[in-house]
Amino acid sequence: MTIEAQYGVPTVAMHTDKFDRVVRSVAAVNGMAELRQVFVPQPVMGKSPRELRAYVDGRDPLTGRPVMQEVIEGLTTPLDGRGIGTVEYDRSTPRLVEPDAEENLHRLFMENRWTDYLPIVLPTEERVAAMLAGTRRKPDEAVGRMRPTHFREAWEYTVEKVAVNAVLAGARPEYFPVILALAATGVSARGSTTSSMAAMAVVNGPIRNEIEMNAGTGALAPYNHANATIGRAYGLLSQNLQGGSVPGLTYMGSQGNNYAYNSITFPENEERSPWEPFHVQHGFRATDSTVSVFSGCRATAYTLGLREKHWREHVRNMLRGMDPHIPPVFVLDPITARQFIDRGGFTKKDALIDWVYDNARMPAGEFWDYQLVQNYLYPRATFGEEPWATKLRAAPEEMIQMFKREDIHVVVVGGETNGYWRIMGATYAKTASVDDWR
Amino acid sequence: MSTAEKVTVLNPMGFPPKVVEKSLAPRLSTLDGKTVYLVDCRFDDSDVFLKQVQAWFGEHMPSVRTVFKPISSVYLKDDPTTWEEIKARGHAAIVGVGH
Repeated sequence: MTIEAQYGVPTVAMHTDKFDRVVRSVAAVNGMAELRQVFVPQPVMGKSPRELRAYVDGRDPLTGRPVMQEVIEGLTTPLDGRGIGTVEYDRSTPRLVEPDAEENLHRLFMENRWTDYLPIVLPTEERVAAMLAGTRRKPDEAVGRMRPTHFREAWEYTVEKVAVNAVLAGARPEYFPVILALAATGVSARGSTTSSMAAMAVVNGPIRNEIEMNAGTGALAPYNHANATIGRAYGLLSQNLQGGSVPGLTYMGSQGNNYAYNSITFPENEERSPWEPFHVQHGFRATDSTVSVFSGCRATAYTLGLREKHWREHVRNMLRGMDPHIPPVFVLDPITARQFIDRGGFTKKDALIDWVYDNARMPAGEFWDYQLVQNYLYPRATFGEEPWATKLRAAPEEMIQMFKREDIHVVVVGGETNGYWRIMGATYAKTASVDDWR
Repeated sequence: MSTAEKVTVLNPMGFPPKVVEKSLAPRLSTLDGKTVYLVDCRFDDSDVFLKQVQAWFGEHMPSVRTVFKPISSVYLKDDPTTWEEIKARGHAAIVGVGH
């Protein structure tokens, strides 16, 4: 679109057929519905040159016409004479839904994909007003903008719009500052990536106990109203406020992700952690209430405790099994947090992170052959961006660090029924103040 | 409350930006003698595919000069250096592969 619209060069874009709805939609919302687009079969990834030549010699799966004929026509067929763009399409969202019986409204919400297909609480004006009492902020105040993926348009939303989604999720007004803080991050819990990522939200500070969140036994599971509904609200507000999360259009996750039901939302167990809280590591005071969001949550490795003899090898094995494109977040039961101190002397979280950074290694040849590394890190390395440019010069057998040190994180949660712990592949996005939204 | 009674609820959707229509660049009368950039978005073997497109031009339209051009960095980053080159030295572009 940039080459065409900003540089005036006639362009044809080629895509695989699975993305036809996405690319036509993106072109339309960017004011270029007439962009010339040609489709080939999915997948391109992993196909041999001979197989891909067959795509080129073959037909567009959507039109049945020869691919190269469409390409040439796309570059040479005269346009229909539409004028230079001065047209604007206003797509304002109405405040209210057409009144109807409850049964019909429940069906409408589900058909419009405004739910997660679980029963919802209808957002009547009374319920939304009650939710708005949970903050001092005005209903029409802008909270933020969100988009399902970087190449789609960002939608805006107000405090009231967030309240509507908080009601849908069954949240209580006292949870609303946390939900507003999540909305304010602008980080979608319904990211549209073929990789099916989910989000993770970690709450810190006094708000955890004020609203009776659970950082102990079952914290990451459906055993606490605040944990469950705040996480659910994060997902619902993401999908609705960003303009949707529709499979094939604004959600392309090939398999989907069960973590998305409540976006792995939990409070850190600060009271039982031997280390400083996560938000304090990121510049907040212990008395501040915050929520930290992570994206890219898919992979989880787990084990029980740290063995005296081979704990180092076991942890290295877990790290080696992660896709190196997504950094590790150590999610530790307090028992295991203390074991890391007993076994490795890591009296500070930073010391543990230093050890993980230095020990998460693999041969450079293997590292650079990962598909996601090829997609996202190799181009940056060839552009000269560090540390990737230096890693690219490593000999194939050289053991290089898999992750950047600043991307490795540690949080403590759990009820100490046993020292189970996990490594979540997740990318830290930001920490937002909950106090700002009280 | 009777199930037949009508209830008023709020719409949960956010506010979209306005759409501003943009015009496409004028098309070429012919590709003969022209330079076409094959722009590799560097994602999931796009380079392998575009090399086959380049081979097709070599066999079927040898009068068309093709330039295989990977973008400078990852597809998430804008690449004005490449766009300027295409504008300065090319007549058309084929970008691939979105997937």
